[in-house]
Amino acid sequence: MIGGLFIYNHKGEVLISRVYRNDIGRNAVDAFRVNVIHARQQVRSPVSNIARTSFFHVKRSNIWLAAVTKQNVNAAMVFEFLYKMCDVMAAYFGKISEENIKNNFVLIYELLDEILDFGYPQNSETGALKTFITQQGIKGQHQTKEEQSQITSQVTGQIGWRREGIKYRRNELFLDVLESVNLLMSPQGQVLSAHVSGRVVMKSYLSGMPECKFGMNDKIVIDKQGKGGVTDEAGKSELGGSGKQAIAIDDCTFHQCVRLSRFDSERSISFIPPDGDYELMRYRTTKDIILPFRVIPLVREVGRSKLEVKVVIKSNFKPSLLAQKIEVRIPTPLTTSGVQVICMKGKAKYKASENAIVWKIKRMAGMKESQISAEIELLPTNDKKKWARPPISMNFEVPFAPSGLKVRYLKVFESKLNYSDHDVIKWVRYIGRSGIYETRC
Amino acid sequence: MTDSKYFTTTKKGEIFELKAELNSDKKEKKKEAVKKVIASMTVGKDVSALFPDVVNCMQTDNLELKKLVYLYLMNYAKSQPDMAIMAVNTFVKDCEDPNPLIRALAVRTMGCIRVDKITEYLCEPLRKCLKDEDPYVRKTAAVCVAKLHDINAQLVEDQGFLDTLKDLISDSNPMVVANAVAALSEIAESHPNSNLLDLNPQSINKLLTALNECTEWGQIFILDCLANYTPRDDRESQSICERVTPRLSHANSAVVLSAVKVLMKFMEMLPKDLDYYSTLLKKLAPPLVTLLSAEPELQYVALRNINLIVQKRPEILKHEMKVFFVKYNDPIYVKLEKLDIMIRLASQANIAQVLAELKEYATEVDVDFVRKAVRAIGRCAIKVEQSAERCVSTLLDLIQTKVNYVVQEAIVVIKDIFRKYPNKYESVIATLCENLDSLDEPEARAAMIWIVGEYAERIDNADELLESFLEGFHDESTQVQLQLLTAIVKLFLKKPTETQELVQQVLSLATQDSDNPDLRDRGYIYWRLLSTDPVAAKEVVLAEKPLISEETDLIEPTLLEELICHIGTLASVYHKPPSAFVEGSRGVQHKRLPARTGSSGESVESPEVGSVAGGPGAEAPPAVIPSQGDLLGDLLNLDLAGPATSGPPPPPAAMQLGTMDLLGGGLDSLMGDESEPPHIPLRMEAQSPSPQPQSPQSPEYYHAQLGGDIGGSPAMGVGFGAPPAVMPASLNAPVGGGLGDLFDLGGSVGMPTGAYIPPKTVWLPAMKAKGLEISGTFARRAGVIQMELTITNKAMSVMSDFAIQFNRNSFGLAPAGPLQILTPLSPNQTIEASLPLSTVGPVMKMEPLNNLQVAVKNNIDVFYFSCQYPISMLFVEDGKMDRQVFLGTWKDIPNEHESQFQIKDCHLNSDAASNKLQGSNIFTIAKRTVEGQDMLYQSIKLTNNIWVLAELRVQAGNPTYTVSLKCRAPEVSQCVFQSLEAVLKN
Repeated sequence: MIGGLFIYNHKGEVLISRVYRNDIGRNAVDAFRVNVIHARQQVRSPVSNIARTSFFHVKRSNIWLAAVTKQNVNAAMVFEFLYKMCDVMAAYFGKISEENIKNNFVLIYELLDEILDFGYPQNSETGALKTFITQQGIKGQHQTKEEQSQITSQVTGQIGWRREGIKYRRNELFLDVLESVNLLMSPQGQVLSAHVSGRVVMKSYLSGMPECKFGMNDKIVIDKQGKGGVTDEAGKSELGGSGKQAIAIDDCTFHQCVRLSRFDSERSISFIPPDGDYELMRYRTTKDIILPFRVIPLVREVGRSKLEVKVVIKSNFKPSLLAQKIEVRIPTPLTTSGVQVICMKGKAKYKASENAIVWKIKRMAGMKESQISAEIELLPTNDKKKWARPPISMNFEVPFAPSGLKVRYLKVFESKLNYSDHDVIKWVRYIGRSGIYETRC
Repeated sequence: MTDSKYFTTTKKGEIFELKAELNSDKKEKKKEAVKKVIASMTVGKDVSALFPDVVNCMQTDNLELKKLVYLYLMNYAKSQPDMAIMAVNTFVKDCEDPNPLIRALAVRTMGCIRVDKITEYLCEPLRKCLKDEDPYVRKTAAVCVAKLHDINAQLVEDQGFLDTLKDLISDSNPMVVANAVAALSEIAESHPNSNLLDLNPQSINKLLTALNECTEWGQIFILDCLANYTPRDDRESQSICERVTPRLSHANSAVVLSAVKVLMKFMEMLPKDLDYYSTLLKKLAPPLVTLLSAEPELQYVALRNINLIVQKRPEILKHEMKVFFVKYNDPIYVKLEKLDIMIRLASQANIAQVLAELKEYATEVDVDFVRKAVRAIGRCAIKVEQSAERCVSTLLDLIQTKVNYVVQEAIVVIKDIFRKYPNKYESVIATLCENLDSLDEPEARAAMIWIVGEYAERIDNADELLESFLEGFHDESTQVQLQLLTAIVKLFLKKPTETQELVQQVLSLATQDSDNPDLRDRGYIYWRLLSTDPVAAKEVVLAEKPLISEETDLIEPTLLEELICHIGTLASVYHKPPSAFVEGSRGVQHKRLPARTGSSGESVESPEVGSVAGGPGAEAPPAVIPSQGDLLGDLLNLDLAGPATSGPPPPPAAMQLGTMDLLGGGLDSLMGDESEPPHIPLRMEAQSPSPQPQSPQSPEYYHAQLGGDIGGSPAMGVGFGAPPAVMPASLNAPVGGGLGDLFDLGGSVGMPTGAYIPPKTVWLPAMKAKGLEISGTFARRAGVIQMELTITNKAMSVMSDFAIQFNRNSFGLAPAGPLQILTPLSPNQTIEASLPLSTVGPVMKMEPLNNLQVAVKNNIDVFYFSCQYPISMLFVEDGKMDRQVFLGTWKDIPNEHESQFQIKDCHLNSDAASNKLQGSNIFTIAKRTVEGQDMLYQSIKLTNNIWVLAELRVQAGNPTYTVSLKCRAPEVSQCVFQSLEAVLKN
């Protein structure tokens, strides 16, 4: 198991050091600094073995988090824990920075004592942790016995992510479908790979211990209902949906509140939600993806000292919708000496420090087209090495889900309290963003 | 509030000030002071001098302050054990506190204080906390047992904490169950043989129930524990799989990977024709792909594991090639791993796409990545024949880029392509030759030289090209030098008239002006070959080479199996067994995949699988027995053994290394491509994988295998002196023999020692061996197999420097020590020598089975002969089978494995026969008399643990005996019968 956990600043100074196991000595702290942070060559693996000790590290801005062990630990678990550690810290004091860590070091030690025992990760849900570890010192001395046992039962219990007795005057739910669409296209316009990785992020402000059921246009579910001849009323009422728009989900993963065995057997998503923000599910699709933009590059070398670049972008969605924050990044060779750009729409600029022409368009409606052309002057060079021609990448945001996913219903049941599904105010929003959206040129 | 100010105090006299503050009356000031102490501790300052002052702050009702003091205690208690006792009282008191959070805190901290005296006081509070009414305290106490066990294992056992911990597995709270499982698993790891976890269907059921309810981390502990269980049958295995599959949708990648581990392992037990089996296979792919959208560090872990899974079950991800395409922004470690998996998944169906990608990658900036991409193109060519042409043209395009490292890498892989598809792509040689000057890396230079030498007859100016390399011969690396030597010899054999000068030049450079023994020895061997028999030289040097295998860099199967059992862990990231990087007793246990139900490992008894060295239950390693052709190929190409030319991955079996002897060792230094002397690890277990068996280039192994192979190959002209470098190589053999002796002796106590010894026969007539005559026989004396030799010198000159070596043979016979002939043998002198043999040598089935090919060397030459040994000398002393076992086995062996023989003209009665046979370790287990016919039931055990059961029918007055032999390896029956007959008749 994890033998020790260290946090360093970018200079390699230790900010936090907590040793859990006897086989990890003080020298481990230095070993990591010398061999990884101060290494002459950039370290090429997130796991390094130095003198029979294994170091796992992740970086957040310029802070290094390192977990150390001498045993054959579950490596995936260690990384998941490090990410979780970052989440917990962020939930307590915001951005992970040297300043914040130094300001909260007592709190961090306290958290580390609680969420990692002898190197075994323990309950690390911030919801539960915040009930007894707070920034204003620890609660505990002035609690009643009931409060105490409530805390412990939540920390160890089946529903560790939610406490009892939550009350809201207005029961409200916010549901965001956030998708990032990834594309790799050949210069000829052939899709080399495309996938959508999506997340369903929720904010729930519900009283009591509500039982929720979430439905979407998952092909498997729709097909099953179609065969069974059962029509889902909720589905119809909220979406007016039919089986036609069903999408094939390659795979999905769920927050630990979702009953996995029920999803496995009936493919229904039921859960008792945490209070506040959380990520309900992640999913991935590869079929029938709506690619919001098409990039058509044309690069021509004119002699040895000039490049002509023309890039056309076409928007490919309903004309009534508007895409935002569009940015096209056209890489330029390292030997570029000057660039002249002409674009029909938006603003374009050559950024020498980034070796790219950055073309920004604030808004663009669907089924439109825009174009940029540039002349790039090159310094004469006798370097034989060819320019690698990195792909043209694109950023954007569109108000729909490129995977085609639709929320069919989100039902809330709370039998003990007197509010029903209809009393809950629900908000649904779809945002499609570019992930790695690249076209080779 | 900000705490960062505590980090900034660095002035002198600080400790002094802190001391004052710690003893202040004001609570706030105290707390501030402790915070400063902790901050100093974090940055590595020694604040242990403040121990008593800090401990004094412990008795407080301020929980925050208490926690800080505890943190300090955990760090410094060990350096101040006596003062740490001061804290005990507070701990004990806190363990009784009404607040469960404080009880848990106390028991958690106490376990972290590694002071013997404190641990004694810990026992009582811990016992109470394990039975605490509050689950939070119980789950903390469960982990505390593991802590205590780490400090004082005996104490934990004596106090009965292990039983309490076991009870917690049935606790009503899932988190308590999970922590108890984690603690027990850890404790069990340091007691490999204790049945601590005692997993049975009932306890498994409890774990599976808790699995649905506990935290993500708890799920990981439980799944990792489940993976150690071996279900009783396929039905149980399936039902566990069914309950584990929902975990594949968990958001936590570690839960997913641990579930994959359980499924991969238990799937082994499912019959392949089961519908569920294919459903399961389908279910595995999507979650594995999803792991690739995790954060890069996790992607890396996932990719390393997918690399294993793809090798074990390629069908799972065969359609998922695209997800492994490299993204421009992937961190380099992700890129390299993806590339690896792409090559593994490459097939005819997707090769076009893969090649287009690889070509793209070859223009990236990262040198390592580009090299790997170029190499991958070559591997695709070798793997998918249909694509070879496209690959070659892609490689040529890349060579045209003139980017130095791309060109070099391309040439190295083109050499492999030539080996795989001889006489197909030689048209590109001209292009390659154009780039001769730009090659500055040894591997590329060596590859180019190999190509020139190999195709010398088609390259008009081959001599000029090679000559150009010769100018700086001594500045080249050994690899290039060796290759240049071989290439020029090849050239000479192909174009003898024009190149005589050149070959002489290189031979003298190699033999006279070089300090490198490898180079020198190789130079000599060529020189002598060429001077004695150029025709033979041609046959040897220009022999046809064996094809190279398609799949390369595969992890050796037993290691792969073990790594599959470690999915998700560091072992699977390093691709090394835990024993290779974990110190101490933890993790040395080798995990194995469960066997499919129904098979009981009978293959161990077959002589071909080479289980000679292993005791009962030894796993048969995959036997790699290169044919004679391979040996010649190796001689020619060994210094070019790039990743693709190395043939099948070597078995980890140490026994192959164990039988190096004189000739093998001598040759090995002659053939080897590394300058350091061969180093043979002294290991005898057949099943322990060497730390890095996946690398076929591991110098130790490489030397050993080569030496062993060539020594046994009669086709080679091996006549060079055995230099002292031989000694380390032969070290292992006597050790092996010695061990064998010990065991065998143990078995032979009280046995009659009248084993049958056949008379000596002439094995090597003087006419054939330049005056050396050898006759001999085999004997088994006190459990040791002896080769008894009579060596006569019938020549006119003195003979000395005797050495002996065996070729691989059916039962792995090998000399257990050097041939002891200390004095030179003068003309007409005869000497008796006895050579102890071991049975741990390399195994190859011979025809007939008991055939043994021997090479004997003296100062004159090397001579070969073959002889047959009576199989009875392989009958071991503990070959007496239990009656019941005998009965069972007899019935078990199918009738088609029974053979009947007749022994004529034998005039012994059944008792006498029985006695006589016993002397040769053929044991009578039972005797039955039916209608005047005596039936003797006998058992025999061979050195490689094959059991032979015999039924001997003796009728009074009838000189013809009938023998029925039953054996799981029926091919030995004929030999056994011959021995039986010989024993009975003499």
